[in-house]
Amino acid sequence: MNMQTNTDFTLAIEELTVSFDGFKAVDDLNFYLDKNELHVIIGPNGAGKTTVLDLICGKTKATSGSIKFLNNELIGLSEHAIVRSGVGRKFQTPSIYENLTVLENLEVSYPHSRGVFGSLLFKRNKTVLDKIHEIAHEIMLEQMLDTEAGLLSHGQKQWLEIGMLLIQDPQLMMLDEPVAGMSVKEREQTAILLNKISKGRSVLVIEHDMDFVASIAHKVTVLHQGKILATGNMDKVQNDPKVIEVYLGH
Amino acid sequence: MSFVYDKIMGGKKGLTGLIILATLILIIFPLLLDSFRLNLVGKYLTYAFAAVSLVLLWGHGGILSLGQGIFFGLGGYAMAMFLKLEASSPENTTIQSTPGIPDFMDWNQLTELPWFWEPFSSLTFTVLAVLIIPAAFAYIIGSAMFKRRVGGVYFAIITQVIAVILTVLIVGQQGVTGGINGITDLRTLHGWDITSDSAKTILYFINCGLLLTVILASRFILTSKFGRILLAVRDKEDRVRFSGYDVANFKIFIFCFAAMISAIGGAMFTLQVGFMSPSFVGIVPSIEMVIFAAVGGRMSLIGAVYGTLLINFGKTAFSESFPEMWLFLVGGLFIAVVMLFPNGLAGLWNDHGHHITKKFAFIAKIFSKSAPQIFEKKVEDAR
Repeated sequence: MNMQTNTDFTLAIEELTVSFDGFKAVDDLNFYLDKNELHVIIGPNGAGKTTVLDLICGKTKATSGSIKFLNNELIGLSEHAIVRSGVGRKFQTPSIYENLTVLENLEVSYPHSRGVFGSLLFKRNKTVLDKIHEIAHEIMLEQMLDTEAGLLSHGQKQWLEIGMLLIQDPQLMMLDEPVAGMSVKEREQTAILLNKISKGRSVLVIEHDMDFVASIAHKVTVLHQGKILATGNMDKVQNDPKVIEVYLGH
Repeated sequence: MSFVYDKIMGGKKGLTGLIILATLILIIFPLLLDSFRLNLVGKYLTYAFAAVSLVLLWGHGGILSLGQGIFFGLGGYAMAMFLKLEASSPENTTIQSTPGIPDFMDWNQLTELPWFWEPFSSLTFTVLAVLIIPAAFAYIIGSAMFKRRVGGVYFAIITQVIAVILTVLIVGQQGVTGGINGITDLRTLHGWDITSDSAKTILYFINCGLLLTVILASRFILTSKFGRILLAVRDKEDRVRFSGYDVANFKIFIFCFAAMISAIGGAMFTLQVGFMSPSFVGIVPSIEMVIFAAVGGRMSLIGAVYGTLLINFGKTAFSESFPEMWLFLVGGLFIAVVMLFPNGLAGLWNDHGHHITKKFAFIAKIFSKSAPQIFEKKVEDAR
C-alpha cells in the first residue's frame, strides 16, 4: 500500500491511537479510503467503530497518529472546520431538529451563511429551495417538506439526516448505523439510496446488519479491540478464520 | 403543539399580537391610569426588556441566564451616573466639603471625581455606554463560557455568581458607587425636570416605543435563519456543530444582544424611577425576570411583556396588603406555571384558541349534517 505523505486517498489514517485512562479504544490504526469507495466497518460492540468516526470528525481528540483528508491533516481542527472541509457525519441515533420542519432542517444544513451575521441576513431564495427539493426527492421526503421533523417515522428521520449531509455535498460521508430500526422495505430503499449517493464521493458506514452490508459494501473492514482484524471484499472477510472466531461465528 | 406555537410568533398572527399590545400600552393604559399608576406601569415595562431578552436567550436558545439583573443594572447605573453628575453641579452642592462631586462621594471623604466617572458627563457617551458596556461584558462572559462549552445548569450558576459578585462590589465600593443606597436624587436630564408628571408621561411613551422596537428587532432575529439555528442549538447542539457551524459564536451573539436589551430596560428604569440601586442587580431581580418570562411563555416575545405586567400588578396589589406573603405567592405561582402551563400565558392563549376553534367546528357540524366528515377533519386539524 502507498505510504507516501501525499496520496490519492480521500482518507488516510495512520498510526491512530486514542486512549481513555489507559484503555486503548483505537490502537495504532492504519486505514485508507479511496475516492468513490463505499467502505463498511463492522465489528463486535466496543470494537471502537464509533470512536473512529468520532476521531475523524473531531468529536474525540486523538492521543497520537494522523488523519489526512484529501492530504490535509484533520487532527487539531475544530469540528466545524472539519465539516467545512468536506466531511459529513450521521450519528447513530437520528440527530435531527425535531421542532423544525423537514424543509427547515435541510435549510439549516445548507452550506451557506454559516456565520452569525450571514445567518441573520440569509434569504431563502430559489437556488436554496431548488437544492432542498432536489435533496428531499432523493431521500423520499419531498411530500413531507412542511412536516415537523419530530413527526416523521424512525426510518424517515434516518433519511432526513442523510439528506442533511447530502445537501452539504461532502467528499467524505460517514454514516453510523444508517438502517438501525428500519423495516425491511426501508432497508432496501436505503441500500438503493446509499449506492446512488456514493457516486462521486467516499462513504464510510458502520453497520451490523450483514445482509445490508453485503448489498452496499465495496470493501469491508472488521474492527476488533481497536485494531483491524481483516479488510477486503465481503467474501474474503466473511471467510477469514479470525473474523469467524471473534465475530461472525457467534 | 410547539410547532403551532412557534407559528404564532410570526406572520399575520404575530402582527395582531403586536398591535393589541401596542394599543394596550400606548392608548388604553395612558387613558385609564393616573400619572402615578402610569409611571408604575412604565417601571414594570422596563423589566419587560429583561423578560424579552430571556425569551431569546432561554426560550429559543436554551441558555438560562440567572444574571440578567447584571445587565439591567449596568445599563441603569450608566444612566444614573450621567444624571447624578448633572445633579451634582458645583452650584447644587455648595454645602459639601468638595462641591461638584456626587453627595455620597463627599460623605465618603472623596475629594475628586474618580476617572471612570468623568466621561459620564457626556450624554452621547452615556447612551453608547448603556448599549456597549453590558454587551462587551456579556461578550467576555460568553466567550469564556461558550468557547469552553460551559452550558446548562453550570452556566446558570455562574451567571448567578456574577450577579452576586457585582452586587457585593457595588455595595462594598460605597465611595464610588453609592453603596447599598444606590445612586439617588436624580432630577434633570440636560436641564429637563424628569420628576414632573409631563416628563414621566413622555418617558413612558419613549419606553413603550423602545420596547416595541426591541420586540420587532428580536422577531427579526427569530424569523431569520439565525432563529432556526438558535432553536436547533437548543435541541441538538452537536448536530449544528457537525453541520459546520461554530455554535459558540451564535450563543455569544444572542447573549450580547440579550444583555443590550436588558441594559436599555435598566437605563429607562433609572430615568422613570429616578434612582438605581444594587437591589436591581442581584439574584432576586434576576430570578424574577426569569419568572416574568416563564409566566408569559418563554417562547413568546409578547407573552413576556404580559407576564411581566401580570406579576408586577400582582406584586403591587398583594404587597400593599400582605407584604410578607408576596415572595411565597410568586414562588408558588412560578412552580404552578412550570408544572401546569409550561408555555405560560402565551400557551394558555393558544390552547384557548384551540378550544374556540373546536367549539366552532362542533357547532358547524350540527348545522351541516350533510357533510359531517369534513368538519370532523377540521376538528382534527385544529388539534
